[in-house]
This record gives sequence, structure tokens and C-alpha cells, in this order.
Amino acid sequence: MQSARLGDFGAGQDGTLNATALRADARRESFGLLALLSPGLLLVFTVIIIPIGWLFWLSLFDEGGAFSAANYARFFEQASYIRTFITTFKVAFFVTGACVLLGYPLAYMLSQLPRRVASICLIFVILPFWTSVLVRTYAWLVILQRKGLINSWLIDLGVISQPLSLANNFAGVVIGMTHIMLPFLVLPLYASMKTIDTDCLRAGMNLGASPAATFRQIFFPLSLPGLASGVVIVFVLCLGFFVTPALMGGGKVIMWAMRMEQTTSLYSNWGAGAALGVVLLAVTLALLGLFQWLLGARATGVWSSR
Amino acid sequence: MSSETSLPISHRQRLWLYGLGTLVLLFLIAPSVIIVIMSFSGSTLLQFPPQQWSLRWYESYFGSVEWRDATIVSVKVAVMTMIVATPLGTAAAYAINIGTLRMTGAINALLTASLIIPVILIGIGTFFLYARIGLTNTLTGLVIAHTVQALPLVVLTVLSGLRSYDMNQEKVARSLGANRFSAFRQVTMPQIRFSIVSGALFAFITSFDEVVVSLFISGGETTTLTRRMFNALRDQIDPTIAAISTCLIVLSIVLLSAAQIFGRGR
Amino acid sequence: MLLSIAPSALPIGISGIEKRFGGVSVLRDLSLDVAAGEFLTLLGPSGSGKTTLLMILAGFVRANSGSIKVGGEEIITTPPHRRNIGMVFQNYALFPHMNVFHNIAFPLKQRRVSAADTAERVERALDLVQLKGLGERRVDQLSGGQRQRVALARAIVFEPRIVLMDEPLSALDKSLREHMQIELRNLHRRLGMTTVYVTHDQREAITMSDRIAVMNVGRIEQIDRPEVLYAKPQTRFVAGFIGDSNFIPVECRNGSVWYEDRKIRMAAVAPSSGSHLMVVRPEKLRLVTDAEPAGSINVIPATVGDVIYQGDSFVCYAVLEDGQQVTLRDYCRSDVLAKLPRPGEPVNLGIDAEDVVLVAAD
Repeated sequence: MQSARLGDFGAGQDGTLNATALRADARRESFGLLALLSPGLLLVFTVIIIPIGWLFWLSLFDEGGAFSAANYARFFEQASYIRTFITTFKVAFFVTGACVLLGYPLAYMLSQLPRRVASICLIFVILPFWTSVLVRTYAWLVILQRKGLINSWLIDLGVISQPLSLANNFAGVVIGMTHIMLPFLVLPLYASMKTIDTDCLRAGMNLGASPAATFRQIFFPLSLPGLASGVVIVFVLCLGFFVTPALMGGGKVIMWAMRMEQTTSLYSNWGAGAALGVVLLAVTLALLGLFQWLLGARATGVWSSR
Repeated sequence: MSSETSLPISHRQRLWLYGLGTLVLLFLIAPSVIIVIMSFSGSTLLQFPPQQWSLRWYESYFGSVEWRDATIVSVKVAVMTMIVATPLGTAAAYAINIGTLRMTGAINALLTASLIIPVILIGIGTFFLYARIGLTNTLTGLVIAHTVQALPLVVLTVLSGLRSYDMNQEKVARSLGANRFSAFRQVTMPQIRFSIVSGALFAFITSFDEVVVSLFISGGETTTLTRRMFNALRDQIDPTIAAISTCLIVLSIVLLSAAQIFGRGR
Repeated sequence: MLLSIAPSALPIGISGIEKRFGGVSVLRDLSLDVAAGEFLTLLGPSGSGKTTLLMILAGFVRANSGSIKVGGEEIITTPPHRRNIGMVFQNYALFPHMNVFHNIAFPLKQRRVSAADTAERVERALDLVQLKGLGERRVDQLSGGQRQRVALARAIVFEPRIVLMDEPLSALDKSLREHMQIELRNLHRRLGMTTVYVTHDQREAITMSDRIAVMNVGRIEQIDRPEVLYAKPQTRFVAGFIGDSNFIPVECRNGSVWYEDRKIRMAAVAPSSGSHLMVVRPEKLRLVTDAEPAGSINVIPATVGDVIYQGDSFVCYAVLEDGQQVTLRDYCRSDVLAKLPRPGEPVNLGIDAEDVVLVAAD
């Protein structure tokens, strides 16, 4: 609306009619808007920016208080750290993969159903989304543990004689986390599929493509941006996820966030914990940035091909 | 061929898709259903379906001073978070929506930062800060930390409400003699109230369900329900938690329905 | 007396308005005077800055510099709610959570008018826009035309000094739009408030306005009464934007006008030199039998390209000797119909010296 903004002092404009008064008026309005924003910004600044900046500063000093990169060098030297990173990426990879395999068909089905039916089905996606992570993790513990539902059913049915180990290991973590992450993939994917123009698909079929070919050549490529954003969200959330691996990993699956908690709470090694946090944040931001950039490049590609 | 987006593919050809989709929906909803049913079990064993029924786990929940205190702490913090985050988020969303400030992009990024930054880092960071200024194990500290996490949800919800609202109405109100605040109160707010109420409910539930940050900064008398549940789950699987979980699921359903009803009704 | 000829109608003096969005100039040193009680239309294509100017008048957009005086009082930094300007938006912007009565009572409520007084004034405003008895209706129960009237009633009920309208009729269908044009015009005559009206529809502007300011890329090209604007456009843009025009390139030498080697007679004083365009409205051209100019009639030979019969009138597309295409329109009187030319036929186009208007070639 207004282009006269805070700090917009154009040179050589003075002397024109009321220019000074108008600039002052614009400044007044800007200050008013800033006043509306300031409480929120102040909170974010105090609770997020200051502590994280402080931690970042701490990570640059070793335990003796000397300025060094020791906290970061450790990640390459100690096998336990390397194992943690590998585990974390492995979990993130498997969970993201599982979410795509389960989420894509679901989102596709929802996008093809009549609106009323779809909105009822969506409740089943949104309700878990708003149910506490703890509750859902607990549910999976009950279902998957040694004396849990799956094992007792399978034994009762005589399929197995010894209980399978489903919880307190890698598989348990992946199953539990997939359940928690699935809505994060389905909701953006569904939203993007809803925007695909059905006329495009009709045209495809009209031009002689089989339903399968229409899906493969038209619908699927058009749904990719939505899928990509879902994948990135899920992957990034997995990297820093804490609750489910801490409860379902049985102490065997140590992920990044758990490592951070241990280093700071258990060993009070703030420098090392902070360094882990800094790298986690950097990786997260880098992935999101890369995604933005790829999507941006793609969009401009579309533009230039016009 | 009866759906709105009807394509020349029959529903029958898609049976496999519907089958698969239904299975995934079942995967999503089954855990909650199982927990609700199990919470009425009469046995300490995890049997499904339960052999006998009782309310003993609810009695154990409501009868325990510790669980009750933790619940009260969580409710208090969630209500206060909602009361603080809603006006703050609404004000910020309004200012962002006007969009004349130079740094709108940066401000937006800052306000929604807590959605992107790993929660564990926020947890460690707030603990580190609170330990130095004496805010650990306090309700104030919890409310501040939860408000920062709830703020982006309020901002985004209200912002989406404002974006689908015709700002010309506020302009007309101003030209008719109402100042900005009064135009917002009389004309804009009644029309985006669904977004504001949704934002408030999201703020409440975000705080109520928050685990990670609470693990770091709550304790003693201000132990939240989620923190106590987390610790209990680390030790053993106590069926009392099934009863608590059922209450939490019911809370989610109630809040989501409330948001829906506010959306439709007028 | 309430809602009668407003003795309070005030003149508006706009001067030196500059507006930039980012680095782009939207309004350039724009000045304009609106007389008290005048109905002035800002007419222009999208992007001409007409709506921006209206928003600056209303106070929703801040100019970079300039002055707006209402009755001699500077209001350029006055907030919108203290400007006392009634505004009608394109989409009406009625408040959907209030009924018709409360919508119209809104400005009175802001001014703390007593309940009894409010009821009386709203009633009269409703009467004025012919919506008597609809006060309790919900906004979504109204038709487009009724909404338009409510928006209008709301903008005038508090007897503003000035009324601004931003394409208020563009959402209505054609017949209703034409009806509302007349109604708005009559309402303005009755109430006499200074009105600034924005539209991109030249027909609407001509029908309603006392004066029209034609805007193009942030400037006012010409401001005049509608009939002057049509008959004597001063720029090519104005000639092209208002009505249909043929542009025939002419050369001015020593105070006379030449098309090819033909001297063009014109009633007005010709410019002394330079390339110009002769603006000829299609209905001012006619078919003449004589190849030689007679009296005040200029004659230009042409070849008929196509003739399109339109019932009440016909349109003839003809090509001049230099390849320039021109359009001629005439009513189907029986004498004309009998001599309707055929494609390929040579004809003589006549134009009266009175109707010759020159604009600068760009």
C-alpha cells in the first residue's frame, strides 16, 4: 500500500509539497505497526535467538575454556557420534520412505473422493495430528512390545512361538515415528493434489492416454511439488525428533536429539551439546534452503519455457 | 464416475486404491482406538480386547495426587499460554497482513522460527537461559516458552483468516468515521473470529501436549502432565496412562470440534 | 436540511501529488481542482493511477508529496476517519455481520448520534435509495443492485463533504448498470455533494459526469466536459480512449494542413508545422458523390474493403490511397441504403472542416 516506509529518506525530495510531513506520517504508522509486532518479537528473541546464540558461542570453547574447534572436531573423531549421525539419517530416511509409500496413495484417494467423503476421511488424518505425541507413542509401545498386542495375537494364532522383538529397537522407532510424521506428509500433499486441474486429466484421456498413463504422465508430475514439500518437512522433523526414539528405542537407537539431551543433562557438557545443536540447525536450514532453491529454480524454469 | 472430479475411471477399477487408502487410515486411527478401549480394561495385563471391564485406571488417575497436580499445572499453563499467545499472535498477524513494513519477510521468519528450529534445541536453549535467570520450574517460565511455540500457529491461523477477509471493509469502516482500532474491533474481528478462536485452541493444545521443552524446564511442583507421563513411560507401562491418554484424546476431539463449530456457526 | 441540496459541498484542490511504489512512479506531479458540488470522473485504463489517486483522497494510500485541500483546509496527513469523506468501493464492502440498518447506521454510531436520530436518518437514507422497509434484511439476502444502494446510502447518510466512488457499478449487469447510472446522476443532482468517481468505462463517464479527467500513466491527459472531450480531444490517447477514432497522418506547413498533396480545410487554427494526426470519428465521415471539395467539405478518395450491415446502421471499412484503413459509420436512412457501396468499389469520403481535429503524432 504505502511505499513510504521506515527509514525511507529519499535524497533531493525535500522542498516538494508536504514531503516532510508525509514522511513523518509514514514513520508514525510504521512505529504503530512495529508496536503491534514487538511483544511477539521480543518473546521470540528472548526465548529462541538469545539462548541459541549463546549456545553457539559456547560451542566454540573447549572444556578448559579455550577458544577451539574441539567440539566440532569430535564429531569426526569419535565413533559414537558418527554412529549417532548414521542412525539419525537412517531413521529419517526409512520414516520418510514409509510416509511416502503410505501417504501418497492415501492423499491420492482423498483427492479423488467426493468432497464430503474426503472431509470425513480427513478427520482420521487430522485427529492423530492433534493428539499428543506421547499418547501415540504409548499406544505403539502397547501394541508392539514383547507382551504387546501383536505378539500375543500372533502367539494365540500359533503363527509364532517366540515373541518378535518389535519395540525397543530400530523397527519400533521407525513404526512409531512413521505414524507421527504421516499427517505432515499427507496434508500438504493432499492440498496440492486438490489444486490439480481435472480438465488436464480429462484432456489427457481424451487424447488417448490410458488411465495409468494419464496418472504417470500428468497427475504424478503435477503432484511432485506437494510431495517434495511433504518429504522435506518429514525428513527435517525426523532429524531433530526426540520423544519417540527416546521411549521406543530401548536405549539402542540413539538419535541426534537424544544425544544432545544426554550430553547436556547427563554430562553437563554444554559446549558439546551446543555444537550438536548448531550442526543440527545448520543441516535443517540447509535442507529447507536447498528445497526452496530447487523449487524456485523449477518455477523459473517453467517461466522461461513459456 | 459419480465423484465431483469425475474421470472416465470407474470406482471399481480403483478398488485397490480404496483398499490401500483405508488400510492407511486404519493405521492412523487404530492406535488411538486401541488405547481408548484398553483404558477400560479390568486387568493389569495388556489384553486386547480386554477380558473384563472396569474404571480402575480412571480411579487410579483421578485418585493420584501426583497425576492430579501435574494435570492442574498443565491446564494452568495451557490456559495462560492461550491468553498470552492469542492477542500477541493476532496483533502480529494484523501488522504482517498490512505488509507495509520493510522487514515483513524477516519478521515473519522470526515469528515462525519455532516451527523450523528443532524443539530439542529450543529445550536446551531455554533451560540454559532459565537456569541463569531463575525461571526453571516456574509457571511463568513454562508459559513464556510455550507461548513462543504457540505463537506461529496463532499468527499463521489468523493470517490465513485475514487473507481471505476483504480488507476493504476495514477501509470503509475507517472512511465512515471509525479509527483503526475501532474498525478492527467492530468490523474485522467479528469476521475473523473463527480464525482467532482456532488459533487460541491451537495455542492451548500446543501447550498442553508440549513434551520436550517441558522436560527441560519443568519439575518439582510445576511438573507438567506430559513430563510426568514421559517419565512414567520410561520406567514401565502403567495402564493408568491409557486412562490419561483417553482423556487427552477426548480433549483433542473436543477442541477440534469446537474449532469446527465456531467455523460454521454465526 | 438533512439529505437535501447540501450547502456544505466543498471544493477539492489537489496539487503536486507524487506517488511512487517502490521505484515506480504511479502519479507524477498531478494537480486537479474539483468545484464544490461537481461530479468529476477519473477515467483511464488500468494502471493509469486513477484508483491510486482516489485512495490518496480517501487517505488509504499515502502520497510521497503533494497537497489536498478540502474547502481550503489541508487534509493530506489527516487519517481517513477524520476526513469526513463518504466512500463506495467496487465490491461495496458491506459488513456481512450486520443487517442493512446497522450497515447504514455505522457512520452515525461512530459519530455518537442518538438512537432516535439515527433511526430517522437511516430511514430517510433508505428512502432516498429506494430501499424503504429493507432495514432488517441481512446483507446476503440482497441482490447486487440492492447492495449497491445500501453501500451508497451508507456513504451519504452522515452528510459527508465529499463522496468518492471506485467503479461502483462494475459488478452489475449491463441493464442494471445503465439504470443505476441515471439514478446516481439524479441523486447527485438532488444532494449536490462533491463527487469524485472512478471508472474505466468511457460511456459511463460520459453519461454521468460534469467533467471528466482522462488519466494515462500517472498523468491527467485532458480534463473537460464530456462533449468537449469527445469533440475536441487534445491528445491521441484521449481520442483513442473515448469513442472510436480514425487517425490519418497529416503534415502542417506554413499554417495549412496537408494530407498527401491535398490541402485539408479546418475550422480551427492549424498548427504552423510538424507531423500530426487528424482525428476523424467514424460517424463524422460520410460518402460523397463529388470528388472535388465543396464548401467546407474535405474529400478523400478511398476503396471500400468491406461493408457490414448492422440493422440501424452500417459500418464501412475503406482503404485510403496510402494504404491507411479507416472506418465509416452511418445510419441506414433509405437514401443512404440505396447507395450502399460494394467491396472493391472506389468511394469519396467527406469530412466537414468543423470536424477536423489534429493531435500531435507520437
